[in-house]
Amino acid sequence: MDISGRKITLHDMCLRDGMHAKRHQISVDEMLTVARAMDDAGMPMIEVTHGDGLGGASVNYGFPANSDEEYLSAVCKAMKNTRVSALLLPGIGTVDHLKMAVDCGIASIRVATHCTEADVSEQHITMASRITGLDTVGFLMMAHMISGEELLEQLKLMEAYGANCVYITDSAGYMLPDDVTERVALARAELHPETELGFHGHHNMAMGIANSLAAVEAGANRIDGSLAGLGAGAGNTPLEVFIAVCERMGVETGVDLFKAMDIAEDLVVPMMDHLVRIDRDALTLGFAGVYSSFLLFAKRSAEKYNLSSRDILVELGRRRTVGGQEDMIEDLALDMARARGTA
Amino acid sequence: MRGKIKAAIIGPGNIGTDLLLKAARSEWIEPVWMVGVVADSPGLARAQEMGLKTTADGVDGMLPTLKEDGVQICFDATSAYVHAENSRKVTEQGAVMIDLTPAAIGPFCVPPVNLAESVAAKSMNVNMVTCGGQATIPMVAAVSRVQAVNYAEIVATVSSKSAGPGTRKNIDEFTRTTASGIEQVGNAAQGKAIIIINPAEPPLMMRDTIHCLTEDPPDEAAIRESVQRMIADVQQYVPGYTLKNGPVFEDRRVSIYMEVEGLGDFLPKYAGNLDIMTAAALRTAEMYAEQILSGKFIPSAA
Repeated sequence: MDISGRKITLHDMCLRDGMHAKRHQISVDEMLTVARAMDDAGMPMIEVTHGDGLGGASVNYGFPANSDEEYLSAVCKAMKNTRVSALLLPGIGTVDHLKMAVDCGIASIRVATHCTEADVSEQHITMASRITGLDTVGFLMMAHMISGEELLEQLKLMEAYGANCVYITDSAGYMLPDDVTERVALARAELHPETELGFHGHHNMAMGIANSLAAVEAGANRIDGSLAGLGAGAGNTPLEVFIAVCERMGVETGVDLFKAMDIAEDLVVPMMDHLVRIDRDALTLGFAGVYSSFLLFAKRSAEKYNLSSRDILVELGRRRTVGGQEDMIEDLALDMARARGTA
Repeated sequence: MRGKIKAAIIGPGNIGTDLLLKAARSEWIEPVWMVGVVADSPGLARAQEMGLKTTADGVDGMLPTLKEDGVQICFDATSAYVHAENSRKVTEQGAVMIDLTPAAIGPFCVPPVNLAESVAAKSMNVNMVTCGGQATIPMVAAVSRVQAVNYAEIVATVSSKSAGPGTRKNIDEFTRTTASGIEQVGNAAQGKAIIIINPAEPPLMMRDTIHCLTEDPPDEAAIRESVQRMIADVQQYVPGYTLKNGPVFEDRRVSIYMEVEGLGDFLPKYAGNLDIMTAAALRTAEMYAEQILSGKFIPSAA
């Protein structure tokens, strides 16, 4: 693979996707410490929101330690060069949340839908794209569930609504490099040349690095990951590793590798409640194609109803659940426990 | 034999047509007009076959003869954007407007919770909240009538095929309107609504999760009983309203897991979200009709 000379934009997910692994309990101080260190290391973009995006504070997904407004206003103010993004899932967050985040000083909004449902993002993307200087990104989750052609149609919708960048998101960490290549290459060939293209991976099958490289080779110029991989499931693409690989391959990221390593080791790993790694359940997410943030919910329900979390996850995959259906997990666990006569 | 109250349906789409099929069976309502805006719409053709008067000129096409045709109740199954105008026009002519859009200019009505109150208030415009609201607010009310609910949150999961263009274009209306319905009708101090659209094939049945956080520790027995009683009330007009699991009690959290199967009149059975809207709207209209027929309420222009 020859991708030398390419320039890409890295986007760190520790303070948003990482919220899943932390049950949304990262403190404002921890966010500030990590964000300032990333700014110093030259990280171009970081995301700061409840794990499920703006307005995610809920019984269903978990109440965070602080509000999105508190996190965003603190972090946005503290950044010198790093641009801060927020995530918004229509159906959970609304344009009111979007306006609040803009007032807090975000530079980028990422509007996320399930890969087949891009049309629910129209009002949010259209509104965001009219705000001067706001980077407006369409983000299609669970992109492994449909073909490259179907995905392209949905990406084009987001582009038409006004997104200047669109993302192919492997929320389940299910994709293999060829899956990424096919989808990204087709999107790159068919979208407007000025539309940026990104890839967001999860490391459930240890494909984070390989998939991100495949995405860059096929034409993506934005890559998500997180230092030390702090994120849902087995985490996001471990960014310090990806930065090292990029350096070896002659890809320019603008991030200081050793500083990135130190943040991962000295700041992010000590924050973890559990070691974010490919354990049996995280691997099941990737293997069965299940939304990565279901991991801790399945573990909790398994414990409460004395079931196997792997069985729960496999069944959630079989039922083709989508992101946000966390409420299905306890419901399903109750069904499974009843079927076994233990409820 | 007593008569029926004549009604008009505005919007001959999936919802309007399903409502027509249900209304045609009603003992209280006689649908006489179907109002559309597209001349060759299949919904208008079907209504015409069933003997209704039709127009493709919108509400304006019906207004000149609305009084003469004896229309006293109108259903609006169009969109929030045009509802206010439709409502103004028909209420000026003395017809009650039952609003199936999320426009929410009139008071909310969730039949098993506040239908009697809504009708007693003699409002000329009544709003049916949202599909998710109709499916979940009865459960919030079932808990809140036992004890104070500080916070109620609902998650409505609907199949991709049952989420129409109106819902998709303005999904924020759904979350906002449902959240206010949870507070105003469900009587929770704070409400939150989440909607998830799932494209799985075959399409999944509408699912609804209701989480309540009670002020004091939940009275489990009383809540169980209240939930069962409320489900029986909803089942009178939506027989496929089913408790799947719960109530689950964990500290002050009460979680109820529901499934809503539609009657399958015009809409497929999985689209319980749409069925519960049309069934609730018809039930509301029937209650109004009963009041009108008994002389307790004479709808008139304000």
